[in-house]
Amino acid sequence: MDLTKLSEQCSWRDLTEGMQIYEGGTSKQFKTGEWASIKPEFIADKCKQCLLCAPVCPDSAIPVKDSLRGEFDYDHCKGCGICVNACKFGAIVMEGVNK
Amino acid sequence: MAKRDRLSGNEAVAEALRQINPDVMPAFPITPSTEIPQYFSKFCANGQVDTEFIPVESEHSAMSAAIGAESAGARTVSATSSAGMAYMWEELYLASANRLPIALALVNRALSGPININCDHSDAMGARDAGWIQLFAETNQEAYDNMVQAYRIAEHKDVRLPIMICQDGFITSHAVQNITLMEDEEVRNFVGEYQPEQYLLNPNGTMAVGPYSVSNHYMEARRAQAEAMHNAKDVIKAVAEEFAAVTGRGVAWFEEYAMEDAELAIVLMGSAAGTAKDAVDNLRAAGKKVGLIKIRMFRPFPAEEIAEALKNVKAVALMDRTESFNDHNGPIGADVSTALFRAGKLCETINYVYGLGGRDVRVEDIEKVFADLEEAAANGTNDHYRYMGVRE
Amino acid sequence: MNNMVEIRWHGRGGQGAKTAALLLADVAFQTGKYVQGFPEYGPERMGAPITAFNRISDNDIRVHSNIYEPDYVVVVDESLLDTVDVTAGLKKEGAIVINTDKDKEELLPKLNGYEGEVYVIDAREISVAALGKYFPNTPMLAAIVKVSGVMDRETFMSEMRGSYAHKFASKPEVIDGNMKALEMAFDKVR
Repeated sequence: MDLTKLSEQCSWRDLTEGMQIYEGGTSKQFKTGEWASIKPEFIADKCKQCLLCAPVCPDSAIPVKDSLRGEFDYDHCKGCGICVNACKFGAIVMEGVNK
Repeated sequence: MAKRDRLSGNEAVAEALRQINPDVMPAFPITPSTEIPQYFSKFCANGQVDTEFIPVESEHSAMSAAIGAESAGARTVSATSSAGMAYMWEELYLASANRLPIALALVNRALSGPININCDHSDAMGARDAGWIQLFAETNQEAYDNMVQAYRIAEHKDVRLPIMICQDGFITSHAVQNITLMEDEEVRNFVGEYQPEQYLLNPNGTMAVGPYSVSNHYMEARRAQAEAMHNAKDVIKAVAEEFAAVTGRGVAWFEEYAMEDAELAIVLMGSAAGTAKDAVDNLRAAGKKVGLIKIRMFRPFPAEEIAEALKNVKAVALMDRTESFNDHNGPIGADVSTALFRAGKLCETINYVYGLGGRDVRVEDIEKVFADLEEAAANGTNDHYRYMGVRE
Repeated sequence: MNNMVEIRWHGRGGQGAKTAALLLADVAFQTGKYVQGFPEYGPERMGAPITAFNRISDNDIRVHSNIYEPDYVVVVDESLLDTVDVTAGLKKEGAIVINTDKDKEELLPKLNGYEGEVYVIDAREISVAALGKYFPNTPMLAAIVKVSGVMDRETFMSEMRGSYAHKFASKPEVIDGNMKALEMAFDKVR
């Protein structure tokens, strides 16, 4: 099965058998971030690196490296605002979400 | 070296499964298929097979477990009947759409209601559009032979679809009759080891089964699945030919009996075909040009070939062991009529509903069908959808 | 098909009529015949009337219907004579075998004017004497083999011994009792 032939406009002949997916983590390739109409904003100066925000993100769009959270992964953030609510220090803000 | 024996149809299928030694069997008991997992679990307990037998709490779970096991890369079988298969309904479609070559021994029994444990084909016919290959058997021998061939067909790389091995509840499942069995070694050589290219427990590759498909892909997915069913036709033929070379038995798609010069024909499947052959012989002895077509492969449906086999008949009876409640026809009636129309063959057709809920099919009943056909061939008929053997 | 022998069994659920039909198919198979042995399932409860069938032939058997014009009928429970038309379709060249302690003359009024041979056997007496329990199907099996002549006594006994040896491998003590019941039945059917 040649996976490079898969696209949104591919023929039925190029689909995998039973639509099976033959590798892990393929959702990274699907840029769901474009679904977001508004996005959270990270204010690094106010962040205490308590890391309460990262685990509540349903899309794993808050990368954590060396025990520090970084800038949002806007390719996959859908703008749900849960992280805004989780932050105790006002380090994440988003239009329309009041705390 | 073949060995002669006498077994019921259920014993015969269990024996084939012992010889095949599949990896996993999840099953839940329901009459008249119960004996298959019952006998087979005994083989498991005695160490005659190393199959993982999973006693589940329902048929819904049986087919779910079968889907899981087959996805994991295990050769999987289950058995059921009637309401049991109805309870597998959504999983049947998942098994075929996920392209999992599960074998299901279906012992045909009427769907309720009224509640009834005896044979008709309403269970299998309800699942005729579920994407499963369906093979039917006239005898215990054919049920055995079809089971031995099942995985060669289902697991073929051009097919990869689940397969139903159907036989008539009680009529063949519980009737002890002569049978010729293959040697264990012969069966194992014929069936071979299961070596899927992709499977969940493959340590060398990650895989996801059953992902969501948006509209943009769903239709292409269905089209690809339809291609597998198309491919199954040639694979079934090739496997049948190879099986015949080993055993000297069997047909691929359907059997033609006394059809060479037949003017009146009957198309049916299952155990009634044997009874109908006796009727054909009686009428042939009386000089009537009658013949019979017994369908083995119902899904995929050998439409063009059946139309070709019927090209010289004047009238044909299409026999459905189910009621479709559409005030028009049954599944065999619809499929054969369409085949004839597309082939430009216009002859009288009478679609009979027969044998529901175990209603006995007698030689005399079939002789009466041929008498009806003779009348229809001579004078035509406006009564194209009838019942055989019902009290008026 | 002329050489086909068709037998219909009438019993009650739990008396072993189906098992007897399957055993008969089994021994006939051992003598090289084509066979069928099958039950007709109705309510299928202990005590409910049940029917079972045998076809025995020199040729392949293709018909899958019940038997409506049997050569022989076996009645495993005498009380069925009051409720079931056991002689329906029975060929007059054939015979009926009934489990009873009565004389056949007493039963004739219940046989709907059947003109063929009538045989009786007290399967209860035989079973209790040979096995210590009431299993009517074993004596009735021997009785129908004798009456129908589908195989000779010696062949039947030797095949049955082999069959029991297989079936009762874990409790060989019951084999002799069953063989004794068969021998007694062969002698006592009249």
